[in-house]
Amino acid sequence: MIPQQEPDFNLNHLKLYYGKLFPFADLVRWVSYGNDGKHPGCDQSYLGRREFSFTLENDIYLRFQSFNNTLELENSVKEKSPVKIDIGPVYSVDPAKRYAYAQGENNVFAPVERELIFDIDMTDYDDVRYCCSGADVCLVCWPLMTIAIKVIDTALRDDFGFKHVLWVYSGRRGVHCWVCDRKARRLSNEQRGAIADYFRVYKGNENSHKKVSLTGAALHPFLATSYTNVLKDYFEKNLLTGQNLLATEERYEKILNMIPDESIASELRGRWQDSRRSSSAKEDINVVRWEQFKQVLQSGKHKAQGLRRCVEEIVFSFTYPRLDMEVSKHMNHLLKAPFCVHPKTGRVCVPIDPNRCDEFDPTTVPTLSQLIEELNYEGSISDIDGELNRTSIGNAITLFRSSFLQPLLKACKEEIENSYNLKLQQSKNSLGW
Amino acid sequence: MEIVRPQSRRNFLSSSNDAVSVPTIPLYRSAPSLEVRLEEFESFAIDRLRVLKGISDGMSRGKKPEEMENLVKDLWKVNMRHQHASDVLNKDIISHFVLRLVYCRTEDLRKWFLSMESSLFRHRFRVLNAEAQRAVMEEFNLPYRAVSNVEFESIKEKLGQVARSMGQPAPTADAIFYRVPFEEVPELVAGRKVLISQGYAYVAMNQIVSLIATLFRSQLSKTLVLTNRKWTSSIREQEKHRLTPIVEALCSSYLGPDYSQSREYADISLKDIDQVAKNSFPLCMRHLFDKLKEDHHLKHGGRMQLGLFLKGVGLNLEDALAFWRAEFSKKVGLEKFEKQYAYSIRHNYGKEGKRTDYTPYSCSKIISSTPGTGDHHGCPYRHFSEENLRAALDRMGVNSRAMEDVLDKARNRHYQLACTLTFEALHGVPCDAGINHPNQYFSDSKKILQSKQKDSST
Ligand code: SF4
Ligand SMILES: [Zn+2]
Repeated sequence: MIPQQEPDFNLNHLKLYYGKLFPFADLVRWVSYGNDGKHPGCDQSYLGRREFSFTLENDIYLRFQSFNNTLELENSVKEKSPVKIDIGPVYSVDPAKRYAYAQGENNVFAPVERELIFDIDMTDYDDVRYCCSGADVCLVCWPLMTIAIKVIDTALRDDFGFKHVLWVYSGRRGVHCWVCDRKARRLSNEQRGAIADYFRVYKGNENSHKKVSLTGAALHPFLATSYTNVLKDYFEKNLLTGQNLLATEERYEKILNMIPDESIASELRGRWQDSRRSSSAKEDINVVRWEQFKQVLQSGKHKAQGLRRCVEEIVFSFTYPRLDMEVSKHMNHLLKAPFCVHPKTGRVCVPIDPNRCDEFDPTTVPTLSQLIEELNYEGSISDIDGELNRTSIGNAITLFRSSFLQPLLKACKEEIENSYNLKLQQSKNSLGW
Repeated sequence: MEIVRPQSRRNFLSSSNDAVSVPTIPLYRSAPSLEVRLEEFESFAIDRLRVLKGISDGMSRGKKPEEMENLVKDLWKVNMRHQHASDVLNKDIISHFVLRLVYCRTEDLRKWFLSMESSLFRHRFRVLNAEAQRAVMEEFNLPYRAVSNVEFESIKEKLGQVARSMGQPAPTADAIFYRVPFEEVPELVAGRKVLISQGYAYVAMNQIVSLIATLFRSQLSKTLVLTNRKWTSSIREQEKHRLTPIVEALCSSYLGPDYSQSREYADISLKDIDQVAKNSFPLCMRHLFDKLKEDHHLKHGGRMQLGLFLKGVGLNLEDALAFWRAEFSKKVGLEKFEKQYAYSIRHNYGKEGKRTDYTPYSCSKIISSTPGTGDHHGCPYRHFSEENLRAALDRMGVNSRAMEDVLDKARNRHYQLACTLTFEALHGVPCDAGINHPNQYFSDSKKILQSKQKDSST
């Protein structure tokens, strides 16, 4: 089979990218979580029990690869030039030798650690974006991802108390999130499922027109904060006009259908059908109609009729993050490694700074061919860091190191030392006793 | 535990003194090393059985949580006292372990015992003082600390939000909350039933109760299986002349809620039965009923499930015969009906034989049945495909809003909850006790419909 490659993706370029730019050492330091150090508390087998998997250019899929250090990984990647590298869980034993262990009686081959991960993909939003669909994204719909990052990142930190959260552009139409705190890595499937469900507001299926159902006399504080701090603003100031959510009959009908009270829906429908004729071009029609919508629904006479939540439900439907739940719920899901190149778009999976995620522009993310051009521009210089700095991937790597890797490794070092000392203390105590 | 002949009562529980000073609940972790007189073996067990059966009755009558609380308190007081105050704890422990032996022996018995003991435990735990509660929590390895007043004040508003989001009143100043690492209460996290902040869930006292009750239940569930193994592998044989007969006799006094004779809403008559089936039968019975009308036949499992249910709702023998005859004769002819089927219907109404067999089936029995092809018995929430269930609920008149919740519960294997939600959707009234028995569904439904009728006629 001849792989279909986009112009931005070329296997020779990929080889060059792995040869000169791909940050192997950073990646390995990250997934070693401090166990590559010299401290006696380090678990030397840790990295070697991690599953990597490679997708080769002819759709060959190599699972259960494992490596003991940066060099091993680097050599293997350079040799095989995978179009995609996935990272899996840390297993109880070296996944490459799982068959040998399977002979033994008590040795179960099972995942023991895995980052808590989230996968958010724009294709899940096709019913709430009109600018593009399927695999495409543009600056008009990208804010949906920005919202997702803001909502999930805030809750991961403020609610769940996680500190080491890495956001990565998936290279095409979505984002990945890696929660790397020790506690997160050791969550059971049930606990992962609980967190995923905590984030879930969508119910039902394609057939029920109202997907979000918010009941109860108040919103849970997490939903309330998300609504007031993120969703409402993005809906009113960005998506409403950007996506023209109320501009045409077809579109506003979709929203009117979410009102449980038919008489109110038809009241608004009447107004909007008229206003099509009389609308002054001055104000944006979406804004005008949304104001009318809110006014009618939140006016005193309807307040009591269980419609109070309707405005919020609509905002949630059009903005709230849509997670791929299965990815988050199970330890053994694989997820593409940061800094891979997306084979369809040629774009590098660069980290996204959650604090500045509204500035992130997927259309300006460096592409493979761009990087190669930059590399060729100055001829050959052997210093790797020099290469990095010259090319536009340098910023991405700097961000990865400064905002994620360094604080993470510092915490890991402390944890390793502390748990080692604790063990020492315990063994001393038990000896004395 | 050692069972001894009368008179030789010696050193009972060594810890009985402490037990008096700190009134708490034993967790029944291991069989006590104490000696029990044979007659106490039996009488203690019967006393406890009275408590459990009272609870079971209360539950199936649909008593509200507060009512249950009082009920359990009274039942305990009446039955579990002992003339020597210091022996109360022993009686508690002994009776529990004896009944464990009695109820370990089949899946159905275990289920019933498990749910009654858990419920008993839950209610007893609730009424303990804070100190004793903490002691129990510590025994379960839950070293949680209660939120201080200062901390409570600072998160009060958010706690109120959480409560209101679940349709509950905001907590008052004396409410007790525990600060628990969120990963230890995954169910509460998943349902957004707690405030979560900086890695900790703020768990209300009543939520702790269910946490503890869940732990208690799963611990008991495991040990019941072990007890069963011991029973079949050794005890039954060893004790063949002494304990085994007692254990087996105790068991046949098992009834669960007794729906074998309907009292309250007796005498539904044949002419009303179509209407009544439509309004007040749970889905399992409604389905059998409809199938019978359609096919004029039901296989054995279906005949038993529906027949005993009808007996329970008060269809008398004569009407029952007429009812079955009317349908079956259309298919198999009158003669064959009288020959083959009438006998077993009479038999179901007969008093001879082991009576448990002729008690209307409970939900757990129906849910655990295994209908084969051509069978229509069983619990639709469990045994139907999702499509069929959706269609059946639709026919019953469940609206689309409730539908998804019901299907969701069924999908997650909470069949009785799914049934409860259906009940609520159709009657527009909450059913706090949940559905445990098709006949309970029926009598609760009748109750509601009658009171609605009264309301509208006055
Ligand atoms: S839950 Fe019980 S009453 Fe409801 S359908 Fe199932 S078996 Fe029948
Ligand atoms: Zn777009």
